[in-house]
Amino acid sequence: MIRINLEKQLHSSGGEMQLQVALQIKQGEFVTIYGESGAGKTSILRMLAGLLQPERGLVEVNGKKWLDTANGTNLKPQQRKLGYVFQDYALFPNMTVRENLLFALEKHQPKDSVNEVVELMELNDMQHRYPATLSGGQRQRVALGRALVQKPEFLLLDEPLSALDESMRARLQDYILKVHQTFNLTTILVSHDVSEILRMSERMFVLKEGKIVQVGAPDAIFSDDSISGKFRLVGTITKIQQNGVVYIISVLAGVNLIKVVATAEEAATMATGDKVMVVSKAFNPLIKKL
Amino acid sequence: MNWAPLILTFELALVTTIILLLISVPLAYWLAYSKLKIKPFIEAIVSMPLVLPPTVLGFYLLLAFSPSYFLGAFLQKWLHVKLVFSFAGLVVASVIYSLPFMVQPVQAGLRALPDSLREASYILGKSKVETLFRVLLPNIKGSVLTGVVLAFAHTIGEFGVVLMIGGSIPGRTRVASIAIYDEVESMNYSLANTYSLILFAVTFCILLSVYLINGGYVNRFWK
Repeated sequence: MIRINLEKQLHSSGGEMQLQVALQIKQGEFVTIYGESGAGKTSILRMLAGLLQPERGLVEVNGKKWLDTANGTNLKPQQRKLGYVFQDYALFPNMTVRENLLFALEKHQPKDSVNEVVELMELNDMQHRYPATLSGGQRQRVALGRALVQKPEFLLLDEPLSALDESMRARLQDYILKVHQTFNLTTILVSHDVSEILRMSERMFVLKEGKIVQVGAPDAIFSDDSISGKFRLVGTITKIQQNGVVYIISVLAGVNLIKVVATAEEAATMATGDKVMVVSKAFNPLIKKL
Repeated sequence: MNWAPLILTFELALVTTIILLLISVPLAYWLAYSKLKIKPFIEAIVSMPLVLPPTVLGFYLLLAFSPSYFLGAFLQKWLHVKLVFSFAGLVVASVIYSLPFMVQPVQAGLRALPDSLREASYILGKSKVETLFRVLLPNIKGSVLTGVVLAFAHTIGEFGVVLMIGGSIPGRTRVASIAIYDEVESMNYSLANTYSLILFAVTFCILLSVYLINGGYVNRFWK
């Protein structure tokens, strides 16, 4: 069980913001912190890792206090047993893949655990290459592997897949789910990708301007009760075009480009780049074997 | 021909560079990451030798090291070190004079590294010192090398400071730049020319290596 209670004044691009969150996460759970950029998602992870100091707060992991501002407890990042995957991977450019993994070993920890990670993340072929020569997906696998060498019980992922393309994302989601189960981890994912959250996460916290505004299962949160659609696709608006009295909105959902007709009032509320949900009340869907 | 001034120059540059390397890495590290309010003052002091006339620096060092004032008297009485008109004095003056040439490239190199590298190392349980030597410094080899080369070359090019603090004692404080001046004064142009040509060639080679480093030629080779 992880108990978190954090309070901090953040200086974001939109001005001052008071971050104030309280969450509880069960052992072995996979949860997501979801919110717009600047909502304070990364700050929460950084405070859990000890990279950022809250003004007031408590972090308790399996009964052990990592941080308690009430009595001055504050473990250094080095003393907190957790794995952390950075958005930019943070692989050490001067070391090969294998050296990056070996660096992660604790003093006197046998090298078996590096070999195990190499096996699990399928890094065998790239062990002696430098990070600069790897693709984004490969780097991410190495970063994830490196975070697991010390066998933490607690894994923090800061938008680990945001820089990857769709197909690479899907593969890495599999890797993450695999390690989550194999190592019996408690995982916190920071993400703003709806499909990713629906696929991976058991529970999610919706963060808005430093406060948690919703907690629950992702399907329940993302499906609006007022819509009884049979098909639901999440995507990004790529183009809004006027066509006579109506507007044609192009939405990219995965690899499919969908064109939807919208009224002028609807179109006025949307802009290119917005995340949207396309819902269809198909009465008689057809099914075909591929 | 008397090689002593040239040998003395390179000896001075070498000793100065080694001492600077030991001082500059911790200082640059502190300047790169500290958030203390006093930092801009330290930065300004470190950079002063860039703009101050060498004679100003030399003059104050001369006063400070002089046995008739507190610091000089203290050093002479308790440590038996005499810093005026001695090689040790030249080294101390050169270290101060060339400090920004070493500190600034290293500091800039550290600042240019993403913070996540340091943080990732801390989370993997590594101390700050271990992170510095195994993660940070190996990734700014080019900057460290630039600093070393610039500090070395700048020490060779010193004139005003060494003249003020060292005088021109043959074999002890008469470095090449001063020897050239002396030879010209005594109309001995051919020896002045020899010294000058050698310094010219050496400094050209040193600076060329800096630009090769900055152009990435050396970095590609080191990887």
